[in-house]
Amino acid sequence: MTAPENTRDQAAADGQGPHGSEPLQPTPSHTVGPFYGYALPFPGGGDVAPANAADTVTVHGYVRDGSGAPVPDALIELWQADADGGLAGAPGSMRRDPVDGGHLGRNGVDFTGFARVPTDADGHWTARTVKPGARPGHPPYISVCVFARGLLHHLFTRVYFPEDTRAHTDDPLLASLDAERRETLLATAEGATGSYRFDIRLQGEKETVFLDFHR
Amino acid sequence: MPLTQRDIDREVAELREAYEASRAAGAPAVHHPARDYAPYRSSALRHPHRPLVPVEPDPETVELHGPVFGPTDVTDIDHDLTRQHTGEPLGERITVSGRLLDRAGRPVRGQLIELWQANASGRYAHLRDQHPAPLDPNFTGVGRTLTGDDGSYSFTTVKPGAYPWRNHENAWRPAHIHFSLFGTAFTQRLVTQMYFPGDPLFAHDPILQSVTDERARQALVAAYDHELSRSEWSLGYRWDIVLDGPSATWIEEGRP
Repeated sequence: MTAPENTRDQAAADGQGPHGSEPLQPTPSHTVGPFYGYALPFPGGGDVAPANAADTVTVHGYVRDGSGAPVPDALIELWQADADGGLAGAPGSMRRDPVDGGHLGRNGVDFTGFARVPTDADGHWTARTVKPGARPGHPPYISVCVFARGLLHHLFTRVYFPEDTRAHTDDPLLASLDAERRETLLATAEGATGSYRFDIRLQGEKETVFLDFHR
Repeated sequence: MPLTQRDIDREVAELREAYEASRAAGAPAVHHPARDYAPYRSSALRHPHRPLVPVEPDPETVELHGPVFGPTDVTDIDHDLTRQHTGEPLGERITVSGRLLDRAGRPVRGQLIELWQANASGRYAHLRDQHPAPLDPNFTGVGRTLTGDDGSYSFTTVKPGAYPWRNHENAWRPAHIHFSLFGTAFTQRLVTQMYFPGDPLFAHDPILQSVTDERARQALVAAYDHELSRSEWSLGYRWDIVLDGPSATWIEEGRP
């Protein structure tokens, strides 16, 4: 294979967009592989809720493969609106310590909207956040991006909350799904207040609905 | 019978021929790997059987916005993987530089790029990597940076080594660096791998070959650029990255 010296790369190198012509070719995806663990996860990656936030919620679940086995080397990323529905986010999810190059953790005040959690040896992940806001009449949801060894291209799904039944009726995505499939996008409320279970099944029985935005 | 390289090469060739036949019959180019790619055996139980469900985004669709990062999320030396310990790492010192763009060719500004890699011997600083190649006490292999106003980035590191894995008998990964990238929209999220030009292992690697389109595969290979080499110091590679995204992200102004 030769070095890439095609038109696309030259246009990119020159900073020229296609200006109404064909869009640039996207760089292909690859699997995250098995060894991201010392690079991508960071302390407090699942603690999105600011320290004194009211009404925090815990969202957690298992990632399973097509045989039902837990996936212990998946990486879950969450992105969501703040409690008021704001989508600006904030920096500081992985605040660093300039003294020793380690991690300081979030500042405890800002809501960054971003979580990153590796699954543990049981294939389990947990995030502590606030329930996102949404426009009137629209159901709130958390966007989920799934990476794993063996997964050549990440997958998107969404966590919807089971109590928002009225808004779910009018949601175009949920309305387009049959009941069995729709259920895979709904977290299950658990006994503890504010605790929700959301399992991700990559393949087979009760396979999670994964989403395509690239139209 | 253990699975051999010849078995894998045959499967790779069959899937490539099928793709090329589809192209010849007028099918559009496919840039990303199929999630169901049998030569990469770990994909077998980890890809969905059902088709993805299309979402028609509107401006308030959560995924058309995305996480932001800033100066607090990186330290000044995170882009230089050769300066993170008290001593110098072993290996061939290199710089990898390029630009992060969207499909309209616009720079993605102020966004986080993360990378990780094996050391010069082909071993990761990860407990599960038990390849009997030496660890380097002066190399961890993790870097981060924020892109500049023109989408530019640059890392200094050492060239990673090739290493064996267990996809099949005598399986070796070509030297590569893992990259993690964010755009202005969460839909543009990308995790991928960058390769080095002329590696003889390309043809035998089912992960690289999972990108069945020749031109798309070439986009994963950096170019050696002598202009980027620094006299008596380092060899320079150039690699530009283009984030995918729905057409809606092509016409919105990027976040400043």
